[in-house]
Amino acid sequence: MAAKDISIETVTVKVDGRSVEVPRMMLNWEGNLEPTTVLQACKLAGIEIPHYCYHPKLPVVGNCRMCLVHVGSPGRPGPDGKSPVNEDGTTKIFPMQLPYEPQTPRGVIGCATTIVPDMEIYASSPETKEMRESVLESLLINHPLDCSICDQAGECKLQEYSYDHGQAESGFEEFKVHKPKAVDLGPRITLDAERCILCTRCIRFTKDIVGDDALGIVNRGGYNTISTFPGESFNNNYTLNTVDICPVGALTSDDFRFQMRVWFLKETKSICTDCGSGCNVMIGSRENKMYRYEPRQNDAVNGHWMCDSGRLNYKWIGREDRLSSITDVKGKTSWPIALKNISDHLSNADKGSVAIVASARQTNEELHLLSKLAKHFDAITDSIPRKGKADHLMMIEDRNTNTTGAQLIGVTSKRVGSKLSIIKKGIESGKVKTLIVFGEDVTKHGIDAKLLEKVTLIVSDILPNETTKIADFLLPGCAHAEKRGTFTNVKGRVQKFMKALEPPGDALSEWEFLHELAHNVTGLDGFKTIEGLFNHMAGEVKAFKDAELTWAKLGDHGLDVEL
Amino acid sequence: MLNFVTEIFSSYPWLIVLVKVLGVFAVIMPMVAYSVMAERRISALIQDRIGPNRVGIPFTRVKLLGLGQPLADGLKSFLKEDFTPAYVKRIFFWLAPAVAMIPSFVVFAVIPFGSFLGAQKMVIADLNVGILFTFGIVSLGVYGIVLAGYASNSKYPFLGGIRSSAQMISYEIAMGMAVVPVFMLAADSAWQSNLTGTWKGYLDGVGLLNLSSVIAYQSDSFFSWMIFKQPIAFCIFLVAIFAETNRLPFDMPESETELVAGYNTEYSSMRFALFFMGEYAAMIAGSALMVVLFCGGWTLPLGATLDPNGYFSTPADGIIQGVLHMVVFIMKIAVFLVLMIWIRWMLPRFRYDQLMNIGWKRFLPVSLANIILTAIVLWATA
Amino acid sequence: MKVERAKLTWFERLYIPSILNGFKVTLRHFFSWKRSKVYGDKQSSYSAKLTMQYPEEKWPVPDGYRGAPYLVKDEDANTKCVSCQLCEFVCPPKAIRITPPGQSGEADREGAEKMPKEFDINMLRCIYCGFCQEVCPEEAIYLLKDYAITGENREELIFNKEKLLSLGGEDKRAYAHHTQDGVTEGIKKWEKKTQEAKDQPAFH
Repeated sequence: MAAKDISIETVTVKVDGRSVEVPRMMLNWEGNLEPTTVLQACKLAGIEIPHYCYHPKLPVVGNCRMCLVHVGSPGRPGPDGKSPVNEDGTTKIFPMQLPYEPQTPRGVIGCATTIVPDMEIYASSPETKEMRESVLESLLINHPLDCSICDQAGECKLQEYSYDHGQAESGFEEFKVHKPKAVDLGPRITLDAERCILCTRCIRFTKDIVGDDALGIVNRGGYNTISTFPGESFNNNYTLNTVDICPVGALTSDDFRFQMRVWFLKETKSICTDCGSGCNVMIGSRENKMYRYEPRQNDAVNGHWMCDSGRLNYKWIGREDRLSSITDVKGKTSWPIALKNISDHLSNADKGSVAIVASARQTNEELHLLSKLAKHFDAITDSIPRKGKADHLMMIEDRNTNTTGAQLIGVTSKRVGSKLSIIKKGIESGKVKTLIVFGEDVTKHGIDAKLLEKVTLIVSDILPNETTKIADFLLPGCAHAEKRGTFTNVKGRVQKFMKALEPPGDALSEWEFLHELAHNVTGLDGFKTIEGLFNHMAGEVKAFKDAELTWAKLGDHGLDVEL
Repeated sequence: MLNFVTEIFSSYPWLIVLVKVLGVFAVIMPMVAYSVMAERRISALIQDRIGPNRVGIPFTRVKLLGLGQPLADGLKSFLKEDFTPAYVKRIFFWLAPAVAMIPSFVVFAVIPFGSFLGAQKMVIADLNVGILFTFGIVSLGVYGIVLAGYASNSKYPFLGGIRSSAQMISYEIAMGMAVVPVFMLAADSAWQSNLTGTWKGYLDGVGLLNLSSVIAYQSDSFFSWMIFKQPIAFCIFLVAIFAETNRLPFDMPESETELVAGYNTEYSSMRFALFFMGEYAAMIAGSALMVVLFCGGWTLPLGATLDPNGYFSTPADGIIQGVLHMVVFIMKIAVFLVLMIWIRWMLPRFRYDQLMNIGWKRFLPVSLANIILTAIVLWATA
Repeated sequence: MKVERAKLTWFERLYIPSILNGFKVTLRHFFSWKRSKVYGDKQSSYSAKLTMQYPEEKWPVPDGYRGAPYLVKDEDANTKCVSCQLCEFVCPPKAIRITPPGQSGEADREGAEKMPKEFDINMLRCIYCGFCQEVCPEEAIYLLKDYAITGENREELIFNKEKLLSLGGEDKRAYAHHTQDGVTEGIKKWEKKTQEAKDQPAFH
C-alpha cells in the first residue's frame, strides 16, 4: 500500500510482439518493491504464464519450471555504451539460446527473471510451447492420473495446464514411483504424495506466512515426498490454506474429502462470521447444502488466507434442529398473524417499557432497524460480548462478527454488555414489560428464565436454546449464508455478503420481518429491498454517511469507514 | 300373463316408447363399440398390419380374433384417471362431452329402423317432420365440439373448435339442400293414396316429411332407390355426412398432424371416451340416414322372381319378418360404416380453404341446381 | 422458384378416377397376406403382415444399441465405479444421482480409494443418450440392451446401486475392447498398480 506514493518509472517490453509499458518495480509477496518479473509483465499484458510454484503472496523459488518462456533481450553495450542496433537504427534483440549449443532456444523462468527495457517475451511461440510440453511431461512422470477420484479435479492446475499446454502421450515407459497415499499429515489434512509435483507452496506458506515450520521434503530424487518433520504434526490454525494453494490434489481437506465434486458447487461471495476480522470467503453449495468455505482474495482484509477454525465453522447452518416455524403462546402460527400480533403489542407499549438485546452477530441493516424500534420506545439496547483467544495472524479476540457495526449504529456502547444489568433491573422492577431478543441466549447472561416470565418475550434466533423455549413470540431467522446484508469488521470495513442457500421452513431474513415491524410501529417506509435498506441506513448512521456508502459502491471487497 | 302385459302397455303408452328406446340403445352401443373395433382392424389390414387381435375371454387363452377389445378399451377408460387440467373452464369442460354425444343418439329417435314388430311400428317417434327434426338435432352436435375447444383453454382445442363450427355449419346447408329433391319425389301424395296391404297401415297418418314415406317410395325395386334416382343428391349427402361426422378427409377439428388431437386434446379417461362414442354414434346415425333416404331403409326389393310375396319389401306382419327387416337395416348400415372407414385410409385430408371451397362453391350451387332440375322433371312429367 | 404443376385434364379434375384408384390400392393391401421382408426369415405362427407379435417374437437388438444404463463389474466382480460424478454432471435429463462416499471413501478392497455410497438412476428420466457411458473414465457404466423398463410405481423405477450392479453384472461388453488374441484381459482395477507399489522398496 505504501507503494502508492512512490512514482515508479515504466519500461517498455514486447509480449508476443505487442509493446506494453510496465512499471520497473512491483510489490513482492511481502509488500516490498522488487524489479518486475517476466511473469508479472505478461500478466499486465493480459497473458497468463502457466505456473505452479509461483504464488503472488509467497516467496519465489522457481522450482516447478512451468513458467519457462523464451525471451530475447538487447545485446551487451559496446565500447560506446550503446547496445547493438539493426540497420534501421532500432535496438537489436538477441533471442536467448544455449551458450554451448547455439540455435537452441533457451528458456527462462518467468517468475524469477526480471525484465530489462526493450526485452521481447515470446509467451506463445512454438519454442515456449515445446518447453511447457516437456515440463508437463516430466511433472506427470510419477503422477497417478487418478483425476476421477481426486478432489482437486475441476480446479486442478495440473489438469488445466495439461489440457491447455500438455501433450497427449508420455515418453515415460518405466513403472511409476509409487508413493504413500492417504497420509494423515495433520488433524485436518490428508496427503496423497503420488499426486504431489513438489512445488513447495505448502512448505513456504507454513514457514513464511504462518511461521510454523512444520513441512519439508524428505527422500531423494524421484522419491521426494512432502512430509512433516519427525515428531511434528501439521497442526496450526492455518493448515487448510495449503489445500487451497496446492496446485494439484496432493493436499486434501479431511472435511471436504470425497464430499462433492467441485464443479457442482455454486460459489457465493460471503463473509466468515467466526470472528470480527470479517475474512472474505466463497461459499461452495449445491442444492441447498453447504459444502465448504474457501478464502476469497481481499488484500485489505485477509489476503488469500483464512483460519481453519473459521473455515470449518459452517456445519451449524445445515443442522437438523434449526428453528423453522413461527410460534406464539398458542403454538405454531404464520408470519402475517405473528407480525400483526407483535405490531399490535408494540404499538400499545409505553415508552421505556421495551428493552432490546440485539446480537453483535447481526447485520448492520438488522441492527439499524432494531435501533429504529429502540428509538421509538426509548428502549435500552445492548448486546452480548464474546471473547476468544487471538493469534498472531488473523484471528482476533472479539468473536462477534459485527461489534463495530453495532457500536456505530448505536445498539451497544463501547463496552459491549454493560447495560445488561440495567435491563435486568428494569425487568425486576417491572418497568420493562417487553423484551426483544435477537440471536442470543439471555438466560446464560444473567437474565434467567424465571425473570423472563415477567415480560412479553419476543425472540428471533436460528438455533434452539433456553431463551427460545420460553419465548412468547418466536421468529425463526436466517444464517448469514441464507440472506444478504453487510457486516462492519473490527477495522471498520463495511463488506457485503450474498445469499447462497434457502432458509429452512418458514424462516425469513431478519431484515424482512424487522422492516415490516418497524413499518407497522414507527411508520418507517421508503424502500423495499436490502439495497434500499442499506442506502437508507447509510443516510442515517453518521460513520456510514461520512464515508458516503451505497450498496453498489461496496463492491465485492467492501469500503472502510472512519471509526 | 300376456293380457296383463298388454294391459299395462296399453294403459301406459310411454312404456312402449321406453322399451323401444332401451332396445335401440342396446343395439347402438355394441355397434359403436364394434365399429371402433372394425375401424382398428380394417385400418390395420389396409396398412399391412394386424391390429388388435389379442383380447378374448379374460384369464383364458381364447383370443376370439380380439373381439374382447372394445370391452377392454371401455374398462380401461373407466379405470383411467379422470384428469381436469388446472386452467380449463370447468363447467363447460365437464359439459362438452355430453353435449357432443347426446345429439348423435337423439337422431335415432326418428329413424325407422324396421317395419313392424307385432303391432308396433319400429320407430321411436314417428314424427311428421322427421327430416327437419334430424337436421335440427344434427346441427346441435357442433356445440359439444365448440364448447370443448373453448373450455379447454388451450390453443389446439380452440383451433379445432373454430374449424369445426365453420365446417359443420357450411356442410349442413349443402346437406339440407341435397335432401330436398328426395322429398320432392317422395312427398307426392298421389302414390301414397295408391298404397296397398301392409303399407297402408305403415304410412297411416304420417306426414309427407316423414322418413317412413321415403322408404315406402323406394320399396318397389332397386332402381326406385334414391341413390339411382338422385345420384347427385346422394353424392353431396355422402360427402356432407363425412364432414358432419368429422371423418377423414374432413377431420379438420381433430387433424392430429397439426392440432395434436384438436378439440379433445385436453380430455382423457371416460370424458374422452364419450367424445369417441359420440363420434362413432354420429357415424352410425349418418349411415342410417343414408340408408333410409337413399338405399331403401329396411326394405330389400329382391324382385318378383326371388321374393314374389314381397317378404322383404313390404311391412311385416309377423315377428320373424319384422326382425329380419331390422337385420337388413343394420346390414345396410354396416356397409356404409365400412365405406367410411375405408375412405379414411384412401384420401388425404383436405386443406381448410379447399374444404370451404367445396362446401360453398361446389356443393351448394350443385344442390340448388339439382332441386331446380328435379322440379323441372317433375313438372314436365306431371 | 415457381413450381409448374401439371395441368389436369377435365377427366382427371373429376377426381373420380383417382378415388377409384385409391379404392383399388387400399383393397389390394387389405387382401395382401404376404409376409414381411424384414422379419420374413423368422418362422411366425401368424400368416400375418408387418406386425411382430411382441412378447413371443422379439426384435434382435443390434450391437451398439443404447438401452438402459447399468453399472458393470470387473472380472473379479468388483465395483468399477469410483463416484467421480462425471455421469451425473453430463446427464442431460439429470437422471443420475450419486451420493459421494464422504471421508471414509467406502472402498471395499485393498487398493481402492473411493466408491459411491448411493448410485441412483431414475429410469423414468433417462433418455438413453449414452453420455454417461461416453464420459465414464472408469468404464463402469454401460448402456446395455435392455429396452423394456417397466414398473408398477415411480419409486420402483429409480434403480439403486445394488440393482444397477446386479443388472449390469460382469457384462462382457464392458471390457470387450481390452481383448487380446481373443482372450478377454479385462480391467482389473488398481490390481496392477497395487502390485507395482508392492514391488517397489518401501521408502518410509
